[in-house]
Amino acid sequence: MTTTMAQALNAALRDALKDDDRVLVFGEDVGALGGVFRVTDGITADFGENRCFDTPLAESGIVGFAVGMAMGGFRPVVEMQFDAFAYPAFEQITSHVAKLRNRTRGALSLPMVIRIPYAGGIGGVEHHCDSSEAYYTHTPGLRVVTPGTAQDAYDLLRDAIESPDPVVFLEPKARYWSGEEVTFTRTGPAMDKAVVRRHGKDVTLIAYGPMVATALETAEAAKDEGWDVEVVDLRSLSPFDDETVTASVRRTGRAVVVHEAAGFGGYGAEVVARVTEQCFHQLHAPVLRVTGLDIPYPAPKLERHTLPDVDRILDTIARLQWHDTPVVAGA
Amino acid sequence: MSVKTLLPSATPVRFLAEDGSRVELHEGYAEPAEDRLKAAYRLMVLGRRFDVQATALTKQGRLAVYPSSAGQEACQVAAALTLQDDDWLFPTYRDSVALIARGLKPGEVLTLLRGDAHCGYNPAETRVAPQCTPLATQTLHAAGLAHAMQRKGEDAVALALIGDGATSEGDFHEALNFAAVFKAPAVFFVQNNRYAISVPFEKQSAAEALAYKGVGYGMRAEQVDGNDAVAVLAVLDDAVRHAREGRGPVLVEAHTYRIDAHTNADDATRYREAEEVAKWREADPLRRLETYLKDRNALSEPEIELCHAEAEEFAQTVRDTLNAEPELDPMSLFDHVYAEPTRQLEAQRAALEAELEV
Repeated sequence: MTTTMAQALNAALRDALKDDDRVLVFGEDVGALGGVFRVTDGITADFGENRCFDTPLAESGIVGFAVGMAMGGFRPVVEMQFDAFAYPAFEQITSHVAKLRNRTRGALSLPMVIRIPYAGGIGGVEHHCDSSEAYYTHTPGLRVVTPGTAQDAYDLLRDAIESPDPVVFLEPKARYWSGEEVTFTRTGPAMDKAVVRRHGKDVTLIAYGPMVATALETAEAAKDEGWDVEVVDLRSLSPFDDETVTASVRRTGRAVVVHEAAGFGGYGAEVVARVTEQCFHQLHAPVLRVTGLDIPYPAPKLERHTLPDVDRILDTIARLQWHDTPVVAGA
Repeated sequence: MSVKTLLPSATPVRFLAEDGSRVELHEGYAEPAEDRLKAAYRLMVLGRRFDVQATALTKQGRLAVYPSSAGQEACQVAAALTLQDDDWLFPTYRDSVALIARGLKPGEVLTLLRGDAHCGYNPAETRVAPQCTPLATQTLHAAGLAHAMQRKGEDAVALALIGDGATSEGDFHEALNFAAVFKAPAVFFVQNNRYAISVPFEKQSAAEALAYKGVGYGMRAEQVDGNDAVAVLAVLDDAVRHAREGRGPVLVEAHTYRIDAHTNADDATRYREAEEVAKWREADPLRRLETYLKDRNALSEPEIELCHAEAEEFAQTVRDTLNAEPELDPMSLFDHVYAEPTRQLEAQRAALEAELEV
C-alpha cells in the first residue's frame, strides 16, 4: 500500500508515543486539527490530550516550554508549523536547546525534536517557504536531519525521537504528499548516515530533503545524455557523513551539490569544501553547486525560477566538461 | 478568576517602614516566624559580605566580571528561603547571593563569572538551573519544568528570577501566558531594581507597576517592597504556596534598587545622580531588618557580631577558593557538546590533542 510522507511521519509519531510514555507532541494546531499538514492527524483523538496538545501561538514559548519539560524528564516533539515562523524560537534553539548539555557539563540533556516543515514548491505565500537549514547546521549541539523519502521520514523521525541529543527535523513540505511503499518496522539506523539512492559511475549528485526526488529525476534524464549519475541523499545535515559522500565522489570523480536554499553562505558551500579537501586528487573538475537564487523566497508565481530543476542540474553537470578538459568555474 | 482577585495590592506590600518600625499589615499575609527572619538576617549579612568580596576579586583579576546585587539582599535571600529542596530555582547572572543562600558553595557559584565553565554545580542535583545570561529565556524553562513536575505528580514549584529589563522581552510574556494557560506551579519573581544596565525604569515600561502585567494573563500578581525582608518573605511564601497547591502561577514584583553599577565594568555615575543612590541607601534592607529584630528583642548584639564574624570567615573561604586556580583540561571542550559525539568532533579532538603535544 502506498504511504505518503505525511502519513509516514504520523505513523512514526504514533509508534513513538506507544513505545515511550515520556514522548509528548505539542505545538500550535497539532490537536483537533491534526496539524496544518495533517501530520498529527487523529493523534489527540487516539492518545488523549495529555500526549498531544495545542499550545498558545508562540514559537519561542513552545520551544522554551519544551526545554523545561525535557529538563523534567519528558521527550517533547514540537511543531513549528512553517519554517519562517520558527525564527522567534531561534534564540531558544541556539542559546538553550543546543547548549544546555554543554553548559551543565552533561548534567542535563535535552532529548527533544523540533519539527519544522520547510522549503518551497507548494505555492505558499511569503514566510512559508524558507530553507533554514544553514542556520541550524551552523549551531554546534544540534543534530539536523531531513528525509527525502517516506520510508526515511518514518525511520529518521523514530531515530530523532530516541536520540539523546536535540534534533531539528526539517520536513520537505513539497514531498508531504508523495507516496511509496513504507515498512513500518525500521529499516535500520538512519540518523547520522547518508545513503546512496542510485548508483552511477560518472558524477555524484549530492542532495537532501526536497531535492532528492529532483536529483533522482535528473539522473534518469541524464541517461539520455549518456551520463551515469549517482545520487547521494545526505539525510543527516549535521553531523555530516563524510564517509559515504567522499567514497562516492572518489568513485565518480565529479560532484554537484543541489539545494533549494540561497547559495551564498549556504549549506552547499560546506559540502563543497569538505568534498574538495578530501577528494582533491580524485576530482576531474571543481565541485559545483545548484542552489536557489540569492533572493528572499519569491512570490509563488515566480518560485519556479529559483527552485533548482532537472534542466538546471543537467546544465550544471554539463559544465563539469565531460572529457577532462580544463574547467572555468563560476561561468 | 475575576480581575479583582488577580489584582495586586494598590501599594507594595510592606511590613517594615524604612526606619525598621512595624507598619500596618497588608491583608492576607502572615508575618514569617521569627526564626526564619533571623535565618534571613544571617544570610543577608553573609550575602552582602560575599558581594563585596566578589567585587574586590574582579579588581584582582580573579573574576572576569561580577554583577553586584548589593541592596537586593532581601529579595535574594527570600527567593532561596521560600523554596524547599525539591523546588527549582532559575537564577540570572545577578543572583549569586540567592545561590549562596540556597546552600551552594562560593566556588560552585562563581565558576561562571570566573570563566572556568558555564555552570559550576550540578543542576539535576541542586535543582538550581544554570545562571542565565540571556534575558527572560529561562522563564519559559521554569514554566515548562513546573508543568513537567505537575504532570509527574511532584509537589514542587519552579521559581524564576528576573530583573525589570527582562520584562520587556518577548519570552517573559510567553512564559507568563504558557504558565497561566497550563496552570503551571511557577512563580515569576521580578526584582525591579530600577535600571536595566543604564536604562531607567521609566524608559523600560510605561506601567505603574510591573505586577499589573500578571492580570492580563489571568495570573495572580503582587507587588512588594523589595527592601523589606519580612514582606518579601511573606509574599513569596504565599506565592509559592499558591503555586504548590495547584492554583496556578504567580507574578511577584519587588520594588528595590541596585546600589552598585550593573557590573564592576560599568560607570553608574553616567546615568544616575548621587542623591538618588543616597536616598536608596537609606532604604537599606539589612539595616531595616536588623533594627526591627533588635527592637523586638529577637536579635542581640552578640548574635549580630556572630553573623558578621561568620561572614568574615566566609569571605576568607571565598578568597581561598578563588585564589586556588583549578587546572582546566582543554580536552573537556569536546566532552558535552553531544551525548553521542560526532565524527567531526572526534577529528577535532585528535587535532587539538596533537597540537598540545607539540
